[in-house]
Amino acid sequence: MSVLERDPHDQVRVLDDDGRVVDGATVPDLSESALVEMYRSMKLARHFDKRAVSLQRQGRMGTYPPLSGQEGAQIASAMALAEQDWIVPSYREHGAAYVRGLTLDQTLRYWMGDERGNQLEELNILPVAVPIASQVPHATGLGMAANYRGADDVTLCYFGDGATSEGDFHEGLNFAGVFDTPTVFFCNNNQWAISVPRERQTRSETIAQKAVAYGMEGVQVDGMDPLAVYQVTQEAVEKARDPEEGERRPTLIEAVQYRFGAHTTADDPSVYRDEEEVERWKAKDPIPRLEAFLRERGTLDDDRVAEITDEVETEVAEAIETAEGFERPSPESIFENVYAEMPKRLEEQQAYLRRLRETHDDEELLE
Amino acid sequence: MSSQNLTLVQAVRDGLKCELEHDDDVVVFGEDVGKNGGVFRATQGLYDEFGEDRVFDTPLAESGIVGTAIGMAAYGMKPVPEIQFSGFMYPAFDQIVSHAARLRTRSRGRFTVPMTLRAPYGGGIRAPEHHSESKEAIYTHEAGLKVVVPSTPYETKGLLAAAIRDPDPVVFLEPKLIYRAFREDVPEEPYTVELGEANVRREGTDVSVFTWGAMTRPTLEAADNLEGEIDVEVVDLRTLSPMDWDAITDSFKKTGRAVVVHEAPKTGGLGAEIAATIGEEALLYQEAPVKRVTGFDTPFPLYALEDYYMPEAARIEDGIRETVEY
Repeated sequence: MSVLERDPHDQVRVLDDDGRVVDGATVPDLSESALVEMYRSMKLARHFDKRAVSLQRQGRMGTYPPLSGQEGAQIASAMALAEQDWIVPSYREHGAAYVRGLTLDQTLRYWMGDERGNQLEELNILPVAVPIASQVPHATGLGMAANYRGADDVTLCYFGDGATSEGDFHEGLNFAGVFDTPTVFFCNNNQWAISVPRERQTRSETIAQKAVAYGMEGVQVDGMDPLAVYQVTQEAVEKARDPEEGERRPTLIEAVQYRFGAHTTADDPSVYRDEEEVERWKAKDPIPRLEAFLRERGTLDDDRVAEITDEVETEVAEAIETAEGFERPSPESIFENVYAEMPKRLEEQQAYLRRLRETHDDEELLE
Repeated sequence: MSSQNLTLVQAVRDGLKCELEHDDDVVVFGEDVGKNGGVFRATQGLYDEFGEDRVFDTPLAESGIVGTAIGMAAYGMKPVPEIQFSGFMYPAFDQIVSHAARLRTRSRGRFTVPMTLRAPYGGGIRAPEHHSESKEAIYTHEAGLKVVVPSTPYETKGLLAAAIRDPDPVVFLEPKLIYRAFREDVPEEPYTVELGEANVRREGTDVSVFTWGAMTRPTLEAADNLEGEIDVEVVDLRTLSPMDWDAITDSFKKTGRAVVVHEAPKTGGLGAEIAATIGEEALLYQEAPVKRVTGFDTPFPLYALEDYYMPEAARIEDGIRETVEY
């Protein structure tokens, strides 16, 4: 039986909190190198997150939304996609985007206020979506277009638990059900929408069960168990791509997890949740869990872990150096890409800004 | 070229048909646009002709309609969603302004939204509440959107084709008061009328009247009534964003007097933008204050009183006379 057919209350797990395979679970069919890559990417995302928060604290970067605790859900789900598949992110999926080929310096560039960080040439990733759940109908629309063209690419759409209260969540999933789109809706249920707990978002016992209302399968997975996340996402992606007779393409996955840090660097979670709760969830930390599993298999040892730790630290340091080395975008670029062809009034305003900069030097304008 | 005698709404249908034939990436969808052919019959017969992959009904959800259109557009298609009445566009407003208008900028040109969002708009047809408003100014205020309001069958077909072929999102507002008001010869073949260009509908030397959509008819009527007394130029702006500022200032420099006629409320309406631009660019030609003949700053009234709300020929004539006699 596919894990997708489980009752939406029956959480899928492969690893227990200590990284041991739970009874009756099947370890997904991943090569040793893929497993190591999964581990490495998670470590990288964690380290990146730590450095990014610190950059913000030092005034080297603007507001940033941390992802610590959510690496397992992000990395493992994105690994289940094929090259041509689409990612439709919210604003916290730097880890998933990295797996799909978005470089860390590009992510930093966006959060450093440079729109070119969203310029994802060649990658099938939509720019981050800040208005909550507004990206959900886009994912469905990509799937409708893929259906229309007879293409076999799949869209993986991320959003949080708060997003499930929005109208666009409902409309996006409802359209997906009606038009049977190849879409995997992936809810990163991290328990908190800034300060509002999951219980205040919905009286539904699970978020996964909402799928029933849209005529699709819903599955709840331990979002801090990367192997379980990979397994359910991979099955959902395959079903979306190539459904069996009578199967519906879309799936709603609820990945139960926890955000260890703040909503963004502008948020102070100590106001609304206590440290004990954070510690309880830290016991499920996806990184030591996967590490324990890989050590037990003999895939990792102290040397290899140390090597990976060094590697990711170097990669992140280099990305920061690259991002900080970018020149400020040209002020005139504000006017570019508003329309395919620049209207006359924008040309005039662009010329005005140019004259303004000639009259006053940049130092004066940037005060 | 063979032609057909069509009403404005039939020209919408004919424009959609030609573009569906012209480009396989064009799809038409919304509420009741399929088998039913649209509540105004703007898509009549298209479902039968092109099949339900190209012309289809959606669930009743405006944000879902526009949001999925954005996804389709990002994929490379040319969606032509319909919102049944412009008064129901507000649930989709976030999608329109946060995504459709911005995706080109946000992705630095990688993803674009070549969507044409059609909606019947404006008052005067004895419709229920929320069916009569004119909110074009909201959309012209949004960078990244284009806004078009046709006023004749011929131009409707050509502007709609240009909108669908345009690489940017176009809000295409159809003045439903004149959907069936008159007929005009419309070529059967596809053609476009360029966006961003106003059309001088009547040449004159005493005063320039700037208007669009359903208001062009009472404006032309007022101009005719004043024939022999005042020589009125009527400029139909057609595309409200990007506005044809050259056409406005050229006409104004000739006449030195201007009246703007729109159904929408006065405050914050496009009349204000036109008056301000004339002040900035042609002050030394100005002989009189720019007059605004508009709807009132009230909610659009239920239909028993709508005729008092909407500018008509008498009100427009008064406005023109006051401006010329100033």
